[in-house]
Amino acid sequence: MSSLTISKLRKSFGPVEVLKGVDLEARTGEFVALVGPSGCGKSTLLAMIAGLETISSGEIRIDGRLVNSVAPKDRDIAMVFQSYALYPTMTVRQNITFGMESRHVPRAVQDEAVKRVAALLQIEPLLQRKPGQLSGGQRQRVAMGRALVRDPKLFLFDEPLSNLDAKLRVEMRSEIKRLHQRVGKTTIYVTHDQVEAMTLASRIAVMHKGELQQFDVPRMVYDRPANMFVAGFMGSPSMNFLSAEIGDEQGSTLKLANGDDAPLTLGLASPLAGRGASRNIILGVRPEHISLHHPERVADKRAYALASAPVEIVEPTGAETMVGLRLAGREITARFEPHEAPEVGQTVTLALDMSKACLFDAQTERLIN
Amino acid sequence: MVDATLSAPFDAAAARAARKYFIGRVGIYAFLSLFAFIYILPLFVVVANSFRPLPEIIQNGLIGFPHSLTFGAWSQVWNSYCVGGTCEGIRHNFFNSLEMTIPATIISTLLGLMNGYILSKWRFYGSEVIFTCMMFGVFMPGQVSLMPWAFVLGQLGLANSITGLVLIHCVQGLSFTTLFCRNYYVNIPDDLIKAARIDGAGFWRIFYKIILPLSPPILIVTVIWQFTGIWNEYLFGVVFTAGRGQPITASLVGMATGGTNVRVYDVMSAGVLIGAIPPLLIYLFGGRYFVRGLTQGAIK
Amino acid sequence: MTEATILAEHGSGPSLRERLQHAMPFIVLAPSLLASFIYVFVFTIWTFYISLSDSSLLPTYHFVGFEHYVSIWANKRWTIAYSNLLLYSVLYVSLAILIGLGLAIAIDQRVRGEAIWRTIFLYPLAVSFAVTGTVWAWLYSPNAGIEFFVRSLGWTDFTFRLTTDRNLAIYAVIATGIWQSSGFAMALFLAGLRSVDPDLLKAAQIDGAGPFRTYRKVIIPTIAPIFIAVAVVLLQFAIRTFDLVAALTNNGGPGIATTFPATYVYDLMFQRGQIAEGATAAILMLGALAFVLVPYSLWLVWRRRRESAHG
Repeated sequence: MSSLTISKLRKSFGPVEVLKGVDLEARTGEFVALVGPSGCGKSTLLAMIAGLETISSGEIRIDGRLVNSVAPKDRDIAMVFQSYALYPTMTVRQNITFGMESRHVPRAVQDEAVKRVAALLQIEPLLQRKPGQLSGGQRQRVAMGRALVRDPKLFLFDEPLSNLDAKLRVEMRSEIKRLHQRVGKTTIYVTHDQVEAMTLASRIAVMHKGELQQFDVPRMVYDRPANMFVAGFMGSPSMNFLSAEIGDEQGSTLKLANGDDAPLTLGLASPLAGRGASRNIILGVRPEHISLHHPERVADKRAYALASAPVEIVEPTGAETMVGLRLAGREITARFEPHEAPEVGQTVTLALDMSKACLFDAQTERLIN
Repeated sequence: MVDATLSAPFDAAAARAARKYFIGRVGIYAFLSLFAFIYILPLFVVVANSFRPLPEIIQNGLIGFPHSLTFGAWSQVWNSYCVGGTCEGIRHNFFNSLEMTIPATIISTLLGLMNGYILSKWRFYGSEVIFTCMMFGVFMPGQVSLMPWAFVLGQLGLANSITGLVLIHCVQGLSFTTLFCRNYYVNIPDDLIKAARIDGAGFWRIFYKIILPLSPPILIVTVIWQFTGIWNEYLFGVVFTAGRGQPITASLVGMATGGTNVRVYDVMSAGVLIGAIPPLLIYLFGGRYFVRGLTQGAIK
Repeated sequence: MTEATILAEHGSGPSLRERLQHAMPFIVLAPSLLASFIYVFVFTIWTFYISLSDSSLLPTYHFVGFEHYVSIWANKRWTIAYSNLLLYSVLYVSLAILIGLGLAIAIDQRVRGEAIWRTIFLYPLAVSFAVTGTVWAWLYSPNAGIEFFVRSLGWTDFTFRLTTDRNLAIYAVIATGIWQSSGFAMALFLAGLRSVDPDLLKAAQIDGAGPFRTYRKVIIPTIAPIFIAVAVVLLQFAIRTFDLVAALTNNGGPGIATTFPATYVYDLMFQRGQIAEGATAAILMLGALAFVLVPYSLWLVWRRRRESAHG
């Protein structure tokens, strides 16, 4: 049974429709990441799951129960907020027990629960402090403690790491992952950071302009993005997009216009059949699927398309080096091992791994299978 | 400073800079002192004259140090000075003011806290419009409401009563307290309320447990504003009450401008001080928080 | 899940308790809302109606139209009142801002005893206009106040008689009003000066701007909104001026030289029994306030829009 089922969910603020019929379900114990740029409706969706926003139409079920008009407190959920939302006038212990006190949970049970959670998150020494006396990472822990103490059916996270500095964010990220593996609760996690979504989630829901773009396991979202938006959003640096035309009747080559020069022809890994009507294609190649051409290294030559390109900019990041090149008049980015990186001004021969490339319909921007 | 003066003989530019700095400092303190003198003068005059015998004031003028101290004026104005036909001093008026100011301050502040809480944290369709309409009350001049109030107080049997003034000040103060509190609460993150709702807290529990503990700064601003404003209010006091029933501000003006041409400066000084001490004390203790809170919440 | 249970979930609405919870904000807000509505709208319309009637000693509701709005401009006291208000508003607002800004800048120079200076300049705000007026009336009085004091120092032909001179009395009111309110301007300006981004000052310093130029070109422009807020608040005070004149010049003296619209309203309504004329003057006061406040609120809305558009 699924912990959370959302069907045909819509939300409008006045004339503005922020959710345009979203379907989503999370299986018990699953970690679902809602990811998308700001304003895509992901936070609104989370607030509606929590019961903090009303529903314009559609259904939300938690553990099979329809909760459309159920108050937040009766939905059996817990939430961690972006701002942590710790009650500033209460101590850490009071913050954690506030919800139980609202529910008139007996004192002894409260104490037991606080002890359990404090041990789990290693915040025992902080229990008597006020939120103002805590560091960012400590606040984050307390906010999670407040959620964990509930033992709810559903955990909701609203961009919980975005207020932390980069190093702490990575630490807390793996801590959340460990925690989820230990507690095993169904979790809905909102983030705008695609790396967080990739690392944490068992499935990723990519949202854009109030619509669900793709809902799949991270590998599929990354390798087979449903459309150009998902392809561009997931991965950094972004996927390179090159507009092209189908080059022959069999659909086995692509032709890239190249200014006044002769068009560039790239061989496809598998032929595109039956697309006679629309010949316009967008070729998507991730930076890591572009490498320098080494004739002796490439075993299956058909999988690689070769093209020469001048190097325009080189950006070393330490572990790898990003190189900006100009391919058939367009700027592209490639990811190289530092010792392999070319220098600015060189013209190199690139090998594009066409077996990993994605092809999109230029009109609908959807992935062509 | 020390370094600058030591090295001055060796460095003409530094010396010039030091001299310029010194002149600037002197100028600043002279400017502040001049205005401080003007600001202090009236306070000094009333305090001094409340302890000087009247003949000495008449002879030496109002501005002067006391040659001999007497407390007669204080007891006279408190107990036996004749105002508006009765010779019982201004103590009744003082207590009238307390009876008017304290309940009106408390009621209007409590209502303001609740209204501010609702209008910032329980917004509903049209709540912004409601807020804007309530804000008109801030700008209403008292003169516009005089006639209707006279009618309403008459109908309620509250004419010439302190209760009537309490009612007026509550209604009039409502817009101020609501404005202050709402603007303050807007800055409390909404996530706190959401977290509390998920934690199972309702309307009242959120107010008591989360909003109220965060409210002291705005509470101070609102109480000071309301207390001093209501205590110092003159128009409604002079229009709707008379004689012994007047609050102290109205009776002081009556004393100062009424009847006799002989100025009893000693008694008046003591009276003025009695009338000014409660708001002054409130300011002295809360002024710091008042300015901070005012700039945080009210003027934006 | 069967059809029936789904229906049941939909059908059983929230309990009475929950409905009460839901309505609580409205229930709590309702009394204040009603009171404010009556106070703001009903009272204003009521007074406006009285101004259109022929009420004299008691309000009547016999409609005579706008004749009082015409006749009031022929009344010498009213013309004095509003020209006084104009002069007062201009000088009181501009000088209080000037002095308040001067004091705030002086205090901002890391002076010693800042809290004491601030308290000295702010305390008049706690004192009522009535008390202020009473005490300054003494200081202006020739037989006992400043003139008497200076003469007693030996300068025997010194004259300082503001409140007894018809042409000068208004300046006594202005000076006293400034004394009362410049501390308020000082406090807000000081808070504004303190809120200026320190990086901005560092940038100005690196750009070689001296203190004077820094204030004129960098700091004061950034706190411009405070100028407008202070000016609006002070203008409001000015339009309401009543207590000060009542205590300082005995309700507009000498003669009618310091009559203000507010004192005029009071006089007509409660001394002369000309309620309709009084109501007319009160409505004109409201008009003057609207004249100041409507553009201000529009400006505020405009600024907020612009900020949110940029943010």
